[in-house]
Amino acid sequence: MGLILAQLLTGLANAGALFMVASGLSLIFGVTRIVNFAHGSFYMLGAYVGWSAMQVLPGALGFWGAILVAGVIVGLVGAAVEMLILRRVYAAPELFQLVATFGVILVVQDLALMIWGPTDLLGPRAPGLTGVVRVMGEPVPQYDLALIAITPGVALALWYLIAKTRVGILVRAATQDREMVGALGVNQSWLFTGTFFLGCALAGLGGALQLPKGGADLLMDFTILAQVFVVVVIGGMGSLPGALIASVLISVINVFGVAYLPQSTLVLTYVVMVAVLIWWPFGLLGRAEVAGELGQVGAPEEPVRPAGWPVRAGVAAALVLLATLPAWGGGFALVLATDILIFCLFAASLHFLLGQGGLVSFGHAAFYGGGAYVAALLVRHADTPMELALILAPLGAGLGALIVGWVALRASGVYFAMLTLAFAQLLWSLVYQWGDVTGGDDGIVGIWPADWASGGAAFFWLTLVLCVGGILVLRHAAHAPFGYALRASRDAPLRAEATGLDTRRIRLVAFAFAGAMAGLAGGLFTFSKGSVFPNELEIARSFDALIVVFLGGVKTLSGGWVGGGVFKSAEDLLTRFDYWRLALGLLIIAVVIAAPEGIVGTLKRLARRQGGEDR
Amino acid sequence: MADPMLSVSGLETFYGRAQVLHGVSFDARAGEVVALLGRNGAGKTTTLKSVMQLVPPRRGRVTFRGQDITRWPPHRVAKAGLGYVPEERRIFTQLTVAENLEVGRQRPREGAAPWTEAALFDLFPNLAERRGNLGKALSGGEQQMLTIARTLMGNPSLVLLDEPSEGIAPVIVEQMAAAILRLKSEGLTVLLSEQNLHFAHAVADRAVILEHGAVRFDGTLAELDAQPQVRDAYLSV
Repeated sequence: MGLILAQLLTGLANAGALFMVASGLSLIFGVTRIVNFAHGSFYMLGAYVGWSAMQVLPGALGFWGAILVAGVIVGLVGAAVEMLILRRVYAAPELFQLVATFGVILVVQDLALMIWGPTDLLGPRAPGLTGVVRVMGEPVPQYDLALIAITPGVALALWYLIAKTRVGILVRAATQDREMVGALGVNQSWLFTGTFFLGCALAGLGGALQLPKGGADLLMDFTILAQVFVVVVIGGMGSLPGALIASVLISVINVFGVAYLPQSTLVLTYVVMVAVLIWWPFGLLGRAEVAGELGQVGAPEEPVRPAGWPVRAGVAAALVLLATLPAWGGGFALVLATDILIFCLFAASLHFLLGQGGLVSFGHAAFYGGGAYVAALLVRHADTPMELALILAPLGAGLGALIVGWVALRASGVYFAMLTLAFAQLLWSLVYQWGDVTGGDDGIVGIWPADWASGGAAFFWLTLVLCVGGILVLRHAAHAPFGYALRASRDAPLRAEATGLDTRRIRLVAFAFAGAMAGLAGGLFTFSKGSVFPNELEIARSFDALIVVFLGGVKTLSGGWVGGGVFKSAEDLLTRFDYWRLALGLLIIAVVIAAPEGIVGTLKRLARRQGGEDR
Repeated sequence: MADPMLSVSGLETFYGRAQVLHGVSFDARAGEVVALLGRNGAGKTTTLKSVMQLVPPRRGRVTFRGQDITRWPPHRVAKAGLGYVPEERRIFTQLTVAENLEVGRQRPREGAAPWTEAALFDLFPNLAERRGNLGKALSGGEQQMLTIARTLMGNPSLVLLDEPSEGIAPVIVEQMAAAILRLKSEGLTVLLSEQNLHFAHAVADRAVILEHGAVRFDGTLAELDAQPQVRDAYLSV
């Protein structure tokens, strides 16, 4: 009994930091409609800044002062990011802004590395709160009790601000209809900057507050991000009470999971999340989002057209050049080209979902990594030949996508995105923790191609044929009646239904199709590397694809593979330098600001202007 | 005659590549109620949105009290004294009536008594008893009153009213007309878009008729009555 109570208290203490970060993310999303991927980075920054401030400021006053300082500084950094970067891209297509926030993640990672170094920092202990209290005989750290006391205070202050003050009323009004708030004379820019300040300050505060428990390290950003996404999705996007309930729920489940089911803690979290979302697709306290209710329907989509002859000729010439690569390129060029081709197919499959279906998935790595693991597991446990494995990888991934899509497509918009992320994380945690079958963190190694395809050139040609073939099939689907039906479901679901299209089934088929293509890319990846690790299922992998699709241009047919090719090459070039993340992050931010229609979209616009067709 | 309070000249507005307004020009003088008339799709709503800079015109100019406000951000236009009441009402459904009014509140304007919650409840008595209700709990007519009251909280000197009589019960339409006349008697200038000629007759001094994004008639309602062929050509269904 005492042990259970003690664990409950630990869970409640852990919920504090999680709640602060989650409420900040929720607040920012509510007002600005930006899914701030960089929110975990602000949390990490809070821990580092707090750590440094604690080195300088003495005593108990200094400790708590340092936490406040961390919150304010991180809030100011967040406000600066909003003013310098995000303010320039509010008019861009929906969700495009998250690409910029991804750039911020990379920049913050390298800045933290530069300033604080690669070693994990041990958090100082809170002066006066270093001991333990016996609760029914079990030791509970005093600092945990302090956190349990602080969290409701922060929650209450936040509630007062939102519910009772003019600023809070404006924030809630802007959450519903920001254009109307502007038309009533409120300067939205300051409202947005203020919201960013507050949201990021909360993340920084959370990071600094957990220092005595967890210290500071360079992996904190993604670790907390995964948890925070889970919390806001379970609680409901934009709901602060929801964030509080979900933080407590997840933290308590984690603590008990560690104690009683150590092999499956991660899995447990995501199982809970999926279960909640099956009953409440919009989270416990969230509300359904009606498309366009915020008056933010983007510019009308351009009709898709087959490529003209100059483009076709160019692509054909490039393909011929590529096919002869083994004759004129070195071994390294072959490896790089194989990597790029595989990534292009992966990106093109996500692009199909986003561009044609309007379905933004945050968890596409589930099917890419899923395909990779299907192939690897078949070879490892069933001695399957490569040819069969490469057929079964897309089939397996497609089947998985069918199941995930069946659940996730009950929601739409950002909830759909979060659900796909949850499933990807579920799969990742399964693979990570089910070591007996999947090798866990050690991955599966020694999966090589069949003899006939094992030379560098042979496997390159195989990859070339399958990836280019896959991309052409995706492109063909866009021009086929199925593509028309899918775009109809995207642009006018009600009218599409009224003309007899089963929009849900169409979306499900599209989701499975894109999943299968990602699975093919994943299967090829396994054989090209001879191994597969859980990284291929990570959030970061999903984000990679998402970023290149947005940067390539969502509203164009070739944005996926063009973005994939350009950024995989840029990454290869940049990773040769120290601090390549900083460079890549800045490059991404620059593209976002300079070319909000993506690379292909911007090229098209320039070409049109050249031709004088557009005004 | 004094300079017009609002002067719109040569507005050309586009949605994407589609041109909606083809050079709309008209004036509104201080204290006047001007009705923008025309069929569905004639460009009435777009004209109001262009004046408010919610959909900035690609060409043309909007001058308000001697200042060129073209391409100002909407919040600055609102602060300058232009109040906008949208057609779809767009009240904040998750906020109470009192909170909706608070969003609209701005500093008092020089030389004019500021609108207060009490004064607005006097103008729209139905809202008083709904003060603590959420916006989504209001009837269509109450929502229409709230959206006007919310805009008045900003103490505008000119109000843009988009289809105030649309989709509400006849008895409320009468109340709406009375409210507009009361605003006029307090010295406000009103520019409203309307499909209902009777309603325009009840409240407006002047009519501007739009068709296909261009002005076809500009004159007093008496002059309009004298030209039934204009009415038949541009207004009757």
